[in-house]
Amino acid sequence: MSTQARNRDLAAAGRGHWWAWIDARLPQIVVAPSLAASLLFVYGFIAWTVYISFTRSGVLPRYDIKGLLQYERLWDTPRWYVAIENLFVFGGLFIAGCMAIGIILAILLDQRIRAEGLIRTIYLYPMALSFIVTGTAWKWILNPGLGIEQLVQGWGFTGFEFNWLVDRDMAIYTVVIAGIWQSSGFVMALFLAGLRSVDDEIFKAAAIDGASLPRIYTTIILPALRPVFLSALVVLAHLAIKSFDLVIALTGGGPGVATDLPATFMYAMAFQRSELGLAAASAVMMLVTIFAIIIPYLYSELRGARR
Amino acid sequence: MIAGQAHGIVRQRSLFTAFLRAGLFLVLGLFALYYLLPLFVMLATSFKSLEEIRSGSLIALPRAITFAPWVSAWKSACVGVQCEGLRPYMLNSVAMVAPAVAISTMLGAINGFALTKFRFPGSNAIFALLLLGCFIPFQVVLLPMARMLGLMGLAGSIPGLVLVHVVYGIAFTTLFFRNFLVGISDSIVHAARIDGAGFFGIFLRIIVPMSLPAFVVTVIWQFTQIWNDFLFGVAFTTSVSSPVTVALNNLVASSTGVKEYNVDMAAAIIAGLPTLLVYVLAGKYFIRGLSAGAVKG
Repeated sequence: MSTQARNRDLAAAGRGHWWAWIDARLPQIVVAPSLAASLLFVYGFIAWTVYISFTRSGVLPRYDIKGLLQYERLWDTPRWYVAIENLFVFGGLFIAGCMAIGIILAILLDQRIRAEGLIRTIYLYPMALSFIVTGTAWKWILNPGLGIEQLVQGWGFTGFEFNWLVDRDMAIYTVVIAGIWQSSGFVMALFLAGLRSVDDEIFKAAAIDGASLPRIYTTIILPALRPVFLSALVVLAHLAIKSFDLVIALTGGGPGVATDLPATFMYAMAFQRSELGLAAASAVMMLVTIFAIIIPYLYSELRGARR
Repeated sequence: MIAGQAHGIVRQRSLFTAFLRAGLFLVLGLFALYYLLPLFVMLATSFKSLEEIRSGSLIALPRAITFAPWVSAWKSACVGVQCEGLRPYMLNSVAMVAPAVAISTMLGAINGFALTKFRFPGSNAIFALLLLGCFIPFQVVLLPMARMLGLMGLAGSIPGLVLVHVVYGIAFTTLFFRNFLVGISDSIVHAARIDGAGFFGIFLRIIVPMSLPAFVVTVIWQFTQIWNDFLFGVAFTTSVSSPVTVALNNLVASSTGVKEYNVDMAAAIIAGLPTLLVYVLAGKYFIRGLSAGAVKG
């Protein structure tokens, strides 16, 4: 223990032994409630859900272990395959779209332009909105009767049709459109901060060497931003796997179950079908997927920080 | 400035560069339109009559402005079977957000303080343990939480929802304060300890005033997250205690008969207005929270 702490203990000792004991442990005492909450509500609850996923629980939880029954049922459920396939389609396009738009906008905004603050504010405001608000807006814009379809028809293209929202095969792409609109500004902000941290000398040196601006970006600057790239990728993947609100507001998972994602599947099993075991198994699959992405990332981050 | 010169070297062909700059602004402007379009469509639609919506174009300005959709969205539109508009649910959201933000922020501040300035054996391990709460998909805690709220007699209530948001907000708030306080020199705390100041004395008189930026970032982050939450709201509330996001979704989904798009849009703007206002007024802090919080979770 440091001298200061011992001095403090000695000073406190005058006020009584028990008080000194408490005083010396105040840091532990104030952290204790949060730690207890975390142990119960995070670790305990995860353990409970994992446990339930190995039982025969239906409407009510049952506590006799039945092995991998629920996982076998889960992977026998066509609707789960729809959700998984949608996650790949949505996740892939959502991440790629946000990355592409975000990086391009960040580079363009990095050219020392006027009104940068205003433009940045405009690009990022969707992040402040609830996905339910966004979904409601896009549902109206994309609706087949009066939305974009009517707008383009009004411009003279009378044969134009745009009914993705009610088309089984295309509905998932409307979720992609709204998702990219909402989150691409965030990638822009991450990369812009990254670009600003790159030493200006690099630009100067490369320009003297006669390298063009596009070459400087593609061969020097972007490779230097690999950590930003990785962060953005992890956040977007995380967002994609947890996506729930946007689908509910935009398509309600429909038409039918055509736009189900793992998160909406889990919710339906838990609160509409009363299939506790199945819901738990699907939640555990989501958790495992997220950990598979997050843990290597955190590991590399922490190792990088220690170096 | 240095880069200005660096770019200046490239800028020698000035006509070409001027052309490029114009193109740059054009592209940036088009993207600005892309991001603003949905907001514009929402606003325009919310001031139109249903008749004008049917006959007019999606992006046309309203010809005859009507406030009726706003009045209806606020106090008479049907959410499920109840036809009182969004007003009661806005109040629910306020009653949920205010205590949840205040409690989770205070806990985060004191945790961050204890974990950085009064390190004890195991404090790093505790921080790592808490941090995991940032990453879990909340689906994995929905079922046990629903049962726990039932056991505690808080099922379907706003205090229950406050508890949920506090419990799952601590990880983020602790992270924010820890990262902020790690950057502040320990010497001030040491000096205060030698002068005989205790744990809470140092916290209240030194750390809290110094951490004002961290408080602003954390409050804004928590406010936005909790106001915008849908998953916990829809899973843990009944129709009376729903937050506004759940009510908005029900309002849009439940309209029977004629679809009142203008009311839907007015309702969506009302539900989004608080977070949008915070963003416009304190965007700088919002972005800071976004890059600190979202990178980690």
